[in-house]
Amino acid sequence: MTESMKTDAEEPAGSGILSLFAKRVKIYPARVMGRYRRLKGLLLVLMLGIYYFVPFMRWNRGPYLPDQAVLVDIPGRKFYFFFFEIWPQEVFIFTGLLLLGAFALFFVTSIVGRVWCGFACPQTVWTDLYLFVERIIEGDRNSRIRLDKAPLNFQKAWRKLLKHTIWILIALCTGGAWVLYFTDAPSLINDLIHLRFSFASTFWIVALTLSTYTLAGFAREQVCTYMCPYARFQGAMYDENTLLVTYDEKRGEPRGKSKTPETGDCVDCLRCVAVCPVGIDIRKGQQYQCINCGLCVDACNDIMSKLSRPTGLIRYDTLTHVTTGREAAGFFDIFNFRRPRPLIYGTIISLVGLVLLYTLTMGRTMLDINVIRERSPMYIKLSDGTVRNVYTIHVVNKSHTLNAYALSTQGQNHASISISEFTAAGGESIKVSVRPDQVGTFRMFVDVPKSSIQPGSTPISFRIEGAAATDIYESVFVAPKE
Amino acid sequence: MTDDPNPNQKKTPENTHPTETTGHEWDGIREYNNPLPRWWVWCFLITVVWGIGYVIYYPAIPLLHGSTPGTSGWNQYDQLDRSLAAAKALHGPLDEKIAALEPEKILSDPSLRTFAIQGGKAAFANNCAQCHTSSGGGGKGYPNLLDDEWMWGGKIEDIVQTIRHGIRSSGDEDTHSSAMTAFGKEGLLTKDQILDVIQHVRVISGNAEPSDASARGQTLFTQNCAACHGESGQGSHEVGAPPLNNDIWLYGGSEDTLYKTIYGGRGGVMPHWAGRLDDVTIKKLAIYVHSLSGGEKSAPHPAP
Repeated sequence: MTESMKTDAEEPAGSGILSLFAKRVKIYPARVMGRYRRLKGLLLVLMLGIYYFVPFMRWNRGPYLPDQAVLVDIPGRKFYFFFFEIWPQEVFIFTGLLLLGAFALFFVTSIVGRVWCGFACPQTVWTDLYLFVERIIEGDRNSRIRLDKAPLNFQKAWRKLLKHTIWILIALCTGGAWVLYFTDAPSLINDLIHLRFSFASTFWIVALTLSTYTLAGFAREQVCTYMCPYARFQGAMYDENTLLVTYDEKRGEPRGKSKTPETGDCVDCLRCVAVCPVGIDIRKGQQYQCINCGLCVDACNDIMSKLSRPTGLIRYDTLTHVTTGREAAGFFDIFNFRRPRPLIYGTIISLVGLVLLYTLTMGRTMLDINVIRERSPMYIKLSDGTVRNVYTIHVVNKSHTLNAYALSTQGQNHASISISEFTAAGGESIKVSVRPDQVGTFRMFVDVPKSSIQPGSTPISFRIEGAAATDIYESVFVAPKE
Repeated sequence: MTDDPNPNQKKTPENTHPTETTGHEWDGIREYNNPLPRWWVWCFLITVVWGIGYVIYYPAIPLLHGSTPGTSGWNQYDQLDRSLAAAKALHGPLDEKIAALEPEKILSDPSLRTFAIQGGKAAFANNCAQCHTSSGGGGKGYPNLLDDEWMWGGKIEDIVQTIRHGIRSSGDEDTHSSAMTAFGKEGLLTKDQILDVIQHVRVISGNAEPSDASARGQTLFTQNCAACHGESGQGSHEVGAPPLNNDIWLYGGSEDTLYKTIYGGRGGVMPHWAGRLDDVTIKKLAIYVHSLSGGEKSAPHPAP
């Protein structure tokens, strides 16, 4: 076993001085070929491709509006995503999306374990990319260990320098691409090419460049083991039917180099440990560090084929199958959905998804009215005995044109309404106009003459009517109790 | 690994856990040593160093008077001054317009009107809300600014005058100085006469039916009260006499309260704000207060 694989337990005990702090043991994952490595590589290209490409997609929304397909407009307080927009009033849609994301993660984890961590998490993807660069420049595991131990010479210096330069360039593209989601991408690129730096974009590009460089270059698996909260609680979604990277102990043990009738199939070659990006020995069983990436499966299969033994000594399998020795039969035995966890998570996903779908398609209107009744004082008595209530009315124009609307009230007899100098009888309407993509705020007096007053609190409804849409808000009118 | 070599052996940290213990023992309870990553400790130490630097650079340690100044010389008062200066630079051109223009011109320009109302709202919350309440609804002795009754006039110019010079405010020669006579205390009306006047006032305000007492009260009202409150109780802006022919009351419309009012007189005080608030702020306040109720629309209410 090489030094890098040593753990604290293996250090000589009884030295007298107890260390409460441990130096990080650097992990040098070895190159591996196989089915899961190919899948991981494919997903890496796919996801980074999406990440870098999406800011440049265009979507025509008409004049005076951004034509970027995906844009978080922070000064304008809007989020544009292809055909729909989210306004601050609709932030519950984000809550829905976050719920959907969380339960999708739970659902997948309960069936196939932490595959999100192993294949799709940005931390994994970028670490993988950085390792790829490292491997090309410094060679595979053994030459990297040698290079790190070697004294500084020209050979070591240029390799390290080249590696870190490429890392920083990747980080720069990453941080830069993130900023592109928050501003018009082509014009920002144009600005950067002409060295016109704004504070906000420069700050975020630098910050994200440094964090990508640190997290993917140095912190790596420590992000998953020490920082990430999801990594730890995903364990709670496992049960005995969750598909996990598993070492078949019955078949493998007792491990040994020589083939005798007593020894199992594991030849103790340590390939599974050498390729592991989080530095664990899967043969010790399930461990919290394991990200279910399957690279040890590829490594072991490779060795088993070379030795002409059946593959799958380490494989994705469930605890049930491994302990009973029963082979998985059919798709639904491998991916077992008929268990409480996937069913509960699946139900919640469907419910939230349906609500979101309704909200985004049928439920979303281009016009909203919100009314706040002023409650201090509850009502105002005028000199001729008329009772006045004051309402603050917000008219939300989500369309992209300047619109005129008719604002009226119903439910109070002989009421008259007024907004600054404009007055109308309650059944009739006052014209208000709201600029495109804006919220118009109006302070409205509702006056009910003495003869028509109903004591206490009685209903009143506010109606806003435009050419294309209508909305109603139910409120109350308050008069003295007697 | 799964087969325990000796299932009957008592499980202790030493034989179930590969990690050493810290050597601490409390009543037989021992603690595993799961070492922290060293970089984590370094991060912790860096924050400590950062903290020391912060204490040196910024004002930090409280003293009897103030605190240590810090080498940066930064303080919140300077920061406030800078923010105020920035706000002033931003508002300056609009403030100049408001100072120069007639109120009607300000109201007819939507953006200027909004600016004046918002500025007035802020000034109101700072200076006026203590008595008139944050909504302007007022209370006993403090006029309600949301209704349509104006004791000293409800045009923007009248409101500016009232805010600038106050009401019965000592130290301002132009203040509204008239006050209601204490009819009972000064022996101008007897107790019975006051009770008759009360009946008349309750009739014209629509709270009681005419009676013998109110008829007697009407005569007394004409002799004693009409000079200020008007023959029909319509009130007068010149002397700040509120209309009595409606159901809006500054101190209350019950018989007890009316007795106290007529016996002891009334003379609430509002401070003058000239000198404390600049003219532009006073103008913005007047525009805001005017907007609360829509201002004064017509002459004081005619007799019923």
